[in-house]
Amino acid sequence: MSASDAESIRKQTRAYIGVFFALMVLTVLTVAVSYFHMPVVLAVVVALAIASFKGSLVAAVFMHLSHERKVIYWVLILTVVFFIVLMAIPSLWQWNLRTVR
Amino acid sequence: MDIPYNVEPRPDTGLYNAKLGIWLFLASEVMLFGALFSSYVLLRTGAPAGTWHHGREFLNVPLATLNTIILIASSVTMVMSWASLKLNDFKKFRLYLGVTFLCGVGFLAIKAIEYSTKFHHGYFPKSNTFLAIYFTLTGLHVLHVIGGMIVNGYFAGPGAKMWRTEPERFTNRIEVAGLYWHFVDLVWIFLFPTLYLL
Repeated sequence: MSASDAESIRKQTRAYIGVFFALMVLTVLTVAVSYFHMPVVLAVVVALAIASFKGSLVAAVFMHLSHERKVIYWVLILTVVFFIVLMAIPSLWQWNLRTVR
Repeated sequence: MDIPYNVEPRPDTGLYNAKLGIWLFLASEVMLFGALFSSYVLLRTGAPAGTWHHGREFLNVPLATLNTIILIASSVTMVMSWASLKLNDFKKFRLYLGVTFLCGVGFLAIKAIEYSTKFHHGYFPKSNTFLAIYFTLTGLHVLHVIGGMIVNGYFAGPGAKMWRTEPERFTNRIEVAGLYWHFVDLVWIFLFPTLYLL
């Protein structure tokens, strides 16, 4: 391994430590805001927003998705599409209930 | 016969085969957990008003917060173990992967305390719909943690001898094991607020 490779890995390890502290702060934040007794919809939105941000940090930095090959992005785009379909099923069910009545 | 493209990238994908393989597997895992998350939303939004039990009634938030911290820490040590191999530091690799494994043990121990407290109080999956989906989701997640620990334990122990014969291939194996482990962490990042806090 060349010296520049080693330097880039060392740079990455500093990023890993940074992300670790960010994730710790966000975990404490998630728990803290849950004690605010916000309206349900707002509480769900805030909790999912923080979780999504934490998840993106893990995916982008620890899982190296910030610099990955195209084929992996295509696999993941397809996964996201089907994931959205899955998550839409409960709303479809609610919509169906309303039209039946 | 040698397995092709376990070190050098395949010309059409630009990746070694195991990396594409693990991502395809993780895509199927997103569907598995996604289906259960979707079921949770459906059960919760479909429950008659006032009948839904909330996690806070049964669950221990401080213990789960500690478990979140443990799992995030284990993700960092996992990626550091891979980086150590990239820097040719086998000793540090073993240390970091060992810590990752111990974090897994810690996570399981806390989960066992949580589960046994619930059983002790007579809370079982059959008790109510919340507990049914709680035990299903966390139980499946625990199985994933155990699976990851078996792989990590193997690579920290007997599997590490590959480092002497095929170091690049071994480094790739650790990257793939790490991608799986980070996914398990990622799932928990969503399970924790949705089950314990909302």
